[in-house]
Amino acid sequence: MSASDADVGAVVTGIGVTAPTGIGIQAHWQSVLDGKTGIGRITRFDPESYPVRYAGQVPGFAARERVPGRLIPQTDHWTHLALAAADDALGDAGVDPAGLPEYEMAVVTSSSSGGTEFGQHEMERLYRNGPSWVGAYQSIAWFYAATTGQVSIRHGMRGPCGVICAEQAGGLDALGQARRLARSGYRLVVSGGTDSSLCPYGLAAQLATGRLSTVDDPLRAYLPFDAGASGYLPGEGGAILIVESARHARERGAGEGYGSILGYAAGFDPPPGSGRPPALRRTITAALADARVDADGVDVVFADAAGSPDLDRAESAAIGAVFGRRGVPVTAPKTLTGRLYGGGAPLDVATALLAVRDGVVPHTVGVTEPDPDLDLVLGEPRELPLRRALVLARGHGGFTAALVVGTSHR
Amino acid sequence: MTSFTLDDLRELLGSIAGVDESTDLSGDIADVPLADLGYDSLAMLELAGHVQRRYGVPIPDEAVERMTTPRSTVEYINAQFATVG
Repeated sequence: MSASDADVGAVVTGIGVTAPTGIGIQAHWQSVLDGKTGIGRITRFDPESYPVRYAGQVPGFAARERVPGRLIPQTDHWTHLALAAADDALGDAGVDPAGLPEYEMAVVTSSSSGGTEFGQHEMERLYRNGPSWVGAYQSIAWFYAATTGQVSIRHGMRGPCGVICAEQAGGLDALGQARRLARSGYRLVVSGGTDSSLCPYGLAAQLATGRLSTVDDPLRAYLPFDAGASGYLPGEGGAILIVESARHARERGAGEGYGSILGYAAGFDPPPGSGRPPALRRTITAALADARVDADGVDVVFADAAGSPDLDRAESAAIGAVFGRRGVPVTAPKTLTGRLYGGGAPLDVATALLAVRDGVVPHTVGVTEPDPDLDLVLGEPRELPLRRALVLARGHGGFTAALVVGTSHR
Repeated sequence: MTSFTLDDLRELLGSIAGVDESTDLSGDIADVPLADLGYDSLAMLELAGHVQRRYGVPIPDEAVERMTTPRSTVEYINAQFATVG
């Protein structure tokens, strides 16, 4: 890579995690390497009467310990999780935003559900008591952009801010946009995302897709690429990543941080019944081309791992078409968390960067009868030198994205 | 007649809109602009809703413009108490 390439690159210099696998990078990464699941019976409400009763929930999160007092009553749990992760990510990056020009910092996050739990509470007040009982904060707390806005206000970041709503693919789209901003001159972008929709209203909305698993066993309900695949379990949380321009990171001595965002592409599936193939294969190809690497340049794939047989087959076919049959190690640590929607892909990217850092591919927990066409990493983590990881994500309705992260050195 | 005190306001603000770690509501805040205490117009709308429901006095949305400090807020609410007897 030439010096000018390095100057226009985007690097990840900080990570904050609030996920079912733990709070903080260390707790999360240790859980992933140990194969310790964060999925259990839903405790945020009584799920007894619902066909899905298990989910990934963030253990031991207390908003009053992690979120400024003024922000707690005016934001949803999903934003609490992001505010805490953003603090951790900035601390991890060693950045004090107060010392940087406010218009050179931006916030771009993903959100799939918005503040459904907050909204449910206010709707209950509406139909039980009347309109005057609906709180003023409902106007801002439910909104998809609430997390981005509150992070922007809290840290004084007034560059181009936005939110991307593309279900599970949105996290990669947000990081793709963060990279675009960093490459066009902005110093720092707070990106990634979280989601949390574990309330009756939120779960009912998720059930409508028909993609959730109703298997009554938290360890057997979400088994992507397995002969017993039956759908997925939902989860809450995600990861916030600090994306910096490579030049700025280098100038302040942060080097390449955890690694670079090397390539990104997005696609959208054709309508059902069109006969045309899904977008994933060409999205992967486009992301590799954007990263200027060929298939041999990718050492591991973090799969979308939808958990439904038809979607798993489509993903396996796309990976096989680009990398060859069993041509690249594939993993899906998200079986430990459930699918986190807007938070899922940022957590996968964080995990992928930690994998590259430590030279170890975490295993996919739970799967026992894997798709024979995939080299799915099972049983235990696999140690091997890693330069680059490809992270895939698909969102309900056709959203598709692919991101290549790792070292920019060839 | 019911009266609304500065302590009532402190308790309501803390419970419905939270308190910033850097703010000490127990101090001499009567004439400190509410914005400086961290309470924006949305917080005051939230406060107005709670006062209406708790005490049964009308607080129109426009009144928020007149509630700029704790003192003016307490005075306004007490004036509304007087109108409903």
